[in-house]
Amino acid sequence: MFSRCAVSIVLYLAACDFATAQAANQPPDTMAARVEACTPCHGNKGEGTSDVYFPRLAGKPAGYLYNQLLAFKSGRRKYPPMNYLLEFLTDPYLQQMADYFADQHPALPPVAATDASQEVLQRGQSLVTRGDPQRQIPACGSCHGPALTGMEPGIPGLLGLRPNYISAQLGAWRYGTRTAKAPDCMQQVAARLTEEDVTAVAAWLANHPAPVNAAPAPKGTYVLPFACGSEPD
Amino acid sequence: MPSRSRILAALLLSVFVGSAQAQQKASPPSDNIVARGEYLARAGDCIACHTAPEGRTFAGGRAMPTPFGTLYSSNITPDRETGIGKWTAEDFYKAMHTGRFPDGGLMYPAMPFASYTKVTRADSEAIFAYLKSIPPVNQRNREHDLRFPYSNRQLILGWRTLFFNEGEFKPDPTKSAEWNRGAYLVEGLGHCGMCHSPINALGGTSQSDAFKGGLIPMQNWYAPSLTSNREAGLGDWSIKDITDLLQTGVSARGVVYGPMAEVVHNSLQYLSDEDTRAMAVYLKGISEPSPPPPASSALPTTESSLLISLGKTVYDKNCASCHGAQGEGKPPHWPPLANNQSIEMQSAVNPIRMVLNGGYPPGTEGNPMPYGMPPFAGLLSDNEIAAVVSYIRTAWGNRGTPVSAREANELRSAPLN
Ligand code: HEC
Ligand code: HEC
Ligand code: HEC
Ligand code: HEC
Ligand code: HEC
Repeated sequence: MFSRCAVSIVLYLAACDFATAQAANQPPDTMAARVEACTPCHGNKGEGTSDVYFPRLAGKPAGYLYNQLLAFKSGRRKYPPMNYLLEFLTDPYLQQMADYFADQHPALPPVAATDASQEVLQRGQSLVTRGDPQRQIPACGSCHGPALTGMEPGIPGLLGLRPNYISAQLGAWRYGTRTAKAPDCMQQVAARLTEEDVTAVAAWLANHPAPVNAAPAPKGTYVLPFACGSEPD
Repeated sequence: MPSRSRILAALLLSVFVGSAQAQQKASPPSDNIVARGEYLARAGDCIACHTAPEGRTFAGGRAMPTPFGTLYSSNITPDRETGIGKWTAEDFYKAMHTGRFPDGGLMYPAMPFASYTKVTRADSEAIFAYLKSIPPVNQRNREHDLRFPYSNRQLILGWRTLFFNEGEFKPDPTKSAEWNRGAYLVEGLGHCGMCHSPINALGGTSQSDAFKGGLIPMQNWYAPSLTSNREAGLGDWSIKDITDLLQTGVSARGVVYGPMAEVVHNSLQYLSDEDTRAMAVYLKGISEPSPPPPASSALPTTESSLLISLGKTVYDKNCASCHGAQGEGKPPHWPPLANNQSIEMQSAVNPIRMVLNGGYPPGTEGNPMPYGMPPFAGLLSDNEIAAVVSYIRTAWGNRGTPVSAREANELRSAPLN
């Protein structure tokens, strides 16, 4: 095809016309078009949808998102519709998907009204900000950041998530259906929580407004209380 | 200078055909037995069964659900205690060729020896040399978990009498060398017939039904006939479209998905241009012309016309943005639905599942960043799924038949992986 294009200027021009027509008949060469398979569940820019179990992706640390995509691909984290979609995609491509959603910055959803009692909310706040040293539960903020916006590359923020989703994830860790890279520090934390603790932290987190700058802290900003496989140091 | 013109040529080509380009792929050097064995192990897709998710390569332990219980694949690394480290090349050839362990015991036909029996001794020895060269992994084989009476290996004898024809590939002297090379790969290492043939109640395929298509048990995907042009017979495909499909997973005529995406991802994308072309020539050659199907429908016509008009509404709203108002698509990435055999087949299992589950073609060297289709299971009712599938099967001159909401509903519970 090249030689034919090059030998004759007339043909070359004709070919270029044809080429533009062909390009117009192709899907846009963008990541946005390539992840259209994800957006009915995660929103056009990864902002989430009305389904309370479908998480927001936008703005989360790319390393964290990538770890999740790898875990879904191998079946270690289970959600069959996603396990199926990712099964035969390459790791570098999953990294590009992760980078794409990490770079999106749609507004965080407004904080939803809660029907949790003041008492429950206080218990939630106390676990998130101070933990419970007697039961060896570290403050969630000691890993997820003082502003709860997470840290690059592997620790997600905890704001802008819905209570049902947070409870479901903590439950999945307690029952072993979600695991992270070893040492799975989040599993160690979740195992120490009771049902009531889970309800309380989920209610308080979902009810807590995000700071103006919700970007994750740069890598190494603070030291974790114990080691996490997802956040190599 | 040569490299400049190559870059220019590549640029032009990519504008022309809209990316998905098969790279030039050469066969491994014939004097390097290990490299040749690695290549042949790819052609046989050993990795798909013999490597567990997140497991060590070729250490086995992958669960394979069957209607008779679950089988676990074996460790084929050269570990002396738990793998095949103590096997000789003779033992290995016997396993591939006759489906027997070194002690004479019978293998379950889930190990595709019924196809591998066609592999030549020289190729078997190359694969063995390669397997001996990989790192040994000490991992004990997991016991199969089969229901009585299938746990009794003696039953395999009966199966073998009915369905197993031992013997290396015999070239057909009336056909070209290229055709014969393709036949050797498709019928032997490629074990394409393991999925693309009807499976009877005994879990076997008779010779005469080879490549006639069938529903894959437990997975609920339909592997179409490779001989009928009304299914995946490739008689009226160009050789380029066939090689694109096998090498990159996408083509101007259609795309692969489900279990076929696995085959392209783990195996076919690695084959040389020469071998891919040989397979294409053979596949095109075995297709048999078939009469156009009668445009009849199992559903009463008033019901089906209502269904189809609802289907058009669903299509225009949810599908036309990618597949085009006239089903023309933007090939190869957004496949055409008009004149696409794989949605017109008598079995509507695949198009229904595509709409329910969506999908991505496999990531391949020739198409590393595939475009995807969203799942509609959560967005459309059974009736809407049936309507839109009925519509795409009958619009634009397509010759499929309408499907019912019950069929759509039944496939909601099909296993996803
Ligand atoms: C059918 C709906 C659906 C589709 C389509 C879908 N997802 Fe998901 N996704 C989910 C659900 C539900 C979860 C949470 C699963 C769980 O409970 O662990 C999730 C979780 C995730 C997570 C982890 C988020 C976190 O904060 O831990 C990532 C990353 C993700 N999806 C990316 C994708 C990408 C990329 C695609 C497209 C290739 C995609 N998803 C397609 C429903 C979907
Ligand atoms: C020792 C550090 C550590 C502590 C303490 C910790 N986390 Fe985590 N958390 C992590 C890491 C690391 C991840 C990411 C795991 C992965 O890669 O899947 C995570 C993930 C999560 C997620 C999943 C977010 C999503 O989008 O799916 C939730 C929810 C969560 N943590 C809640 C909590 C709560 C609530 C607490 C306090 C009770 C807590 N975490 C304390 C380290 C920690
Ligand atoms: C479709 C799945 C599948 C594919 C593909 C496959 N195998 Fe197997 N293989 C099996 C299963 C299942 C067994 C166990 C059989 C049994 O226990 O009767 C097995 C057993 C074996 C054994 C016996 C090992 C032992 O220690 O007893 C060898 C050797 C072997 N396979 C080699 C190969 C090679 C080489 C390839 C590729 C050319 C291959 N297999 C491709 C499923 C597969
Ligand atoms: C694990 C089962 C399995 C194996 C092995 C397998 N196929 Fe398939 N194949 C399928 C299924 C299921 C489909 C239908 C889905 C699709 O069209 O991609 C299919 C579809 C096809 C199509 C039609 C694609 C289209 O767009 O119409 C061709 C051609 C094909 N296979 C060729 C082969 C060849 C050649 C081999 C051997 C090298 C092979 N298959 C091995 C399961 C399999
Ligand atoms: C965002 C773009 C997009 C939308 C919207 C979309 N599809 Fe697809 N469709 C694709 C892609 C990409 C594939 C290839 C998927 C694969 O290989 O796994 C595909 C594959 C298919 C196939 C299989 C084609 C073949 O070659 O066998 C069918 C059938 C199909 N789509 C029907 C539909 C229907 C019906 C709708 C609407 C309900 C729809 N699609 C909406 C992008 C889309």
